Amino acid sequence: MLGRLGEAMVEKSFWDEMTGGAGDIRAVYARIDQWLRDTPPDILAARRSQAELLFRRIGITFAVYGSADAAERLIPFDIIPRVIAQKEWHLLEEGLIQRVKAINAFLTDIYGPREILRAGIIPADLVFQNPAFRPEMAGRRAPHDIWVHIAGIDVVRTDENEFYVLEDNARTPSGVSYMLENRDVMMRLLPDLFAAHRIAPVENYTDLLLKCLRSVAPPTASGEPSVALLTPGQFNSAYYEHSFLADRLGVELVEGSDLFVRDDVLYMRTTQGPKRVDVLYRRIDDDYLDPLVFRPDSVLGVPGILNACNAGNLTLSNAVGTGVADDKAMYTYMPEIVRFYLGQEAILKNAPTWRCRDADSLKYVLEHLHELVVKEVNGSGGYGMLVGPHATKEERERFREKLLADPANYIAQPTLSLSTCPAFVEEGIAPRHVDLRPFVLTGANGSRVVPGGLTRVAMRKGSLVVNSSQGGGTKDTWIIEDA
Amino acid sequence: MLSRTADNIYWLARYVERAEFTARIIDITSRLAALPKAYGGTGVEWESALLAVDAHDAFKEKHDVADEQTVLRFLVFDPDNPSSIRYCVERARTNARAVRTALTSDMWQAINSSWIEIRNIERAVAPFERMSRDRIDPALDAVKSMSRDFDGLAYRSMLRNDAYWFNRLGLYMERSDNTARILDVKYHVLLPETESVGGSLDYFQWTSILRAVSALTAYNWVYRQSIKPWLVADLLILRKEMPRSLVSCYDNLSRFLDDIARAYGAQGPAQRHARAMLLRLESATIEDLFRSGLHEFVTEFIDDNNRLGVLLAEQYLLN
Repeated sequence: MLGRLGEAMVEKSFWDEMTGGAGDIRAVYARIDQWLRDTPPDILAARRSQAELLFRRIGITFAVYGSADAAERLIPFDIIPRVIAQKEWHLLEEGLIQRVKAINAFLTDIYGPREILRAGIIPADLVFQNPAFRPEMAGRRAPHDIWVHIAGIDVVRTDENEFYVLEDNARTPSGVSYMLENRDVMMRLLPDLFAAHRIAPVENYTDLLLKCLRSVAPPTASGEPSVALLTPGQFNSAYYEHSFLADRLGVELVEGSDLFVRDDVLYMRTTQGPKRVDVLYRRIDDDYLDPLVFRPDSVLGVPGILNACNAGNLTLSNAVGTGVADDKAMYTYMPEIVRFYLGQEAILKNAPTWRCRDADSLKYVLEHLHELVVKEVNGSGGYGMLVGPHATKEERERFREKLLADPANYIAQPTLSLSTCPAFVEEGIAPRHVDLRPFVLTGANGSRVVPGGLTRVAMRKGSLVVNSSQGGGTKDTWIIEDA
Repeated sequence: MLSRTADNIYWLARYVERAEFTARIIDITSRLAALPKAYGGTGVEWESALLAVDAHDAFKEKHDVADEQTVLRFLVFDPDNPSSIRYCVERARTNARAVRTALTSDMWQAINSSWIEIRNIERAVAPFERMSRDRIDPALDAVKSMSRDFDGLAYRSMLRNDAYWFNRLGLYMERSDNTARILDVKYHVLLPETESVGGSLDYFQWTSILRAVSALTAYNWVYRQSIKPWLVADLLILRKEMPRSLVSCYDNLSRFLDDIARAYGAQGPAQRHARAMLLRLESATIEDLFRSGLHEFVTEFIDDNNRLGVLLAEQYLLN
């Protein structure tokens, strides 16, 4: 059945999205399988280098902090698409929307009446001592009670219908430009394969985003609210994405120095004098947003911008203070949060998690370091984490000390058996672990998830780390009508 | 449009044009430097190349002797020299990258590919102690085609709005400065008396000036007679049909400034200054200019041209 792909496709104990682990090709992958059989490796290699050339020419690069030689590096792109059947996607979509709804309700509550704390569902110190909690926002309402307009929820799959959320990104999630560019490149490189499937389009993402941003404009905005995208500048690792999005949205890409606040109204400096901004899609962190309120040394932000927001003359997207909902300690309470606000069970599972702040959990984690993934509560991008099964003894010992010194700063999870997808790597076609970051847009008229997302793939054999800063690659993600 | 965006677009166009100009100057200098003295070779061609691209002082800070090797390296690859090809292309790319949303993707690709190409050539040349023409020719070609592509794509693919107009303003500001600089460095071979003194000694100088502005054939079409130095000056300064002449640059500058003023509904000092300069160029004759002094005219022009740059920046780019 497997032809020349052979047994390499079937790695024990991991669910493969093409073979289901059993060796039979799943129906959604039938055409991909045929294409892989029909296409000699040198053609695949040629397509891959064409793709690389395209990405390089378009300038889709990202910066890796602390790596001087590679100021602009390409993320490896795998040309074998990942395929998800529409009915599987619908389940996921429903779960994502549910989750974001709960996150918004949670933020409205935390910066408002704080009922969830009074009900004793979440320990108060976890909120108030959280560095991402913004006391400045207490007593504030977001327009339409939407704090998180753009969320990127990282999910992994372990079986046909089993999706786990690994992480909620409710601050300034990135990666959507790769979703869009990957699709574009695939359509150019493999038009026949593309035409052989009925693939749900993702191209309208930016249209939906613009509608969503306009729908949450403050009441004082003019009829056609003016939107701008705030970037830290071209040396930021995600600058490509910022400029790409501003371009597709048809809005100005602004830096802090292009903006100023007068009488609690935000303006940008234009060739025709000051022009008002109603909605700012900001891609800089809370800390750098307003030197009058947060870090006074920040040159990336705009003095007084929070006042403009609080005076009801500006909507920041996402709102200030959303980070309290997405850190890894709060994550562990997400099933309870969904239940509390929506009266429903969470559709998407949480990975089982030990909160090291609890003495019992800490004890368990220390005893099982070799089989757990330990993460910093506030870390991101795969920095500062320990993958127990792959770590050396010394690395585990070092982490043990860190854990003992500051247990509340860590959570631990079992290494989930992440699904694998076929990838074209040095040794040929082989299964590699993947995750998925779909993007959930929420405006005054509800939530939408564009069918697809960013699939990240660990290009190294056996590796579970998919972060681009750690050598992960990306794939196009196809949601297809039933095969 | 954001003031910063307008600024980036304007400087992007200037750096692209400047890079091409440096490439042109290297071209004609190599030709002249290869001439025997009896045919007008002066032995100081590489020095005057530095003057033409306004890099003489910067060069002297780093080097003592201006010969082919040092000047070539300085004009092609020096990362700190604001006239070097590498510097201009890098700055063009930085500016382009900052305003990618205001450019068409083809325009960005034109800049980005030649940046990559020039970096590759630089790496390939690095191990050699001597820079030879055939090693750097690909860099000159890359720059010329970048400029052609960028300019042509802007013309063919940009919306006719302020982004396009600021792009054109950058182009013509730089171009008028460049043409004026050639005149500034070479005015002495264009003075009428040199013909009687030197006969055809300066013939190769004149043709090289024409070549530097792609006007050798144009000269023949316009004047239909052998090359006279004052006609070379006339062509470069006062002939509107010649695309790199000062008057043609100002015709364009004034037009694009007026486009902006119309779209924004307000005139300003930049429009008035450009119009006054255009008027002066339109009403002058080459005899007038020689009578009152070609060199004085050119120096004054360079100052006035810079003044327009300042007015333009104050009016639109530094809001």
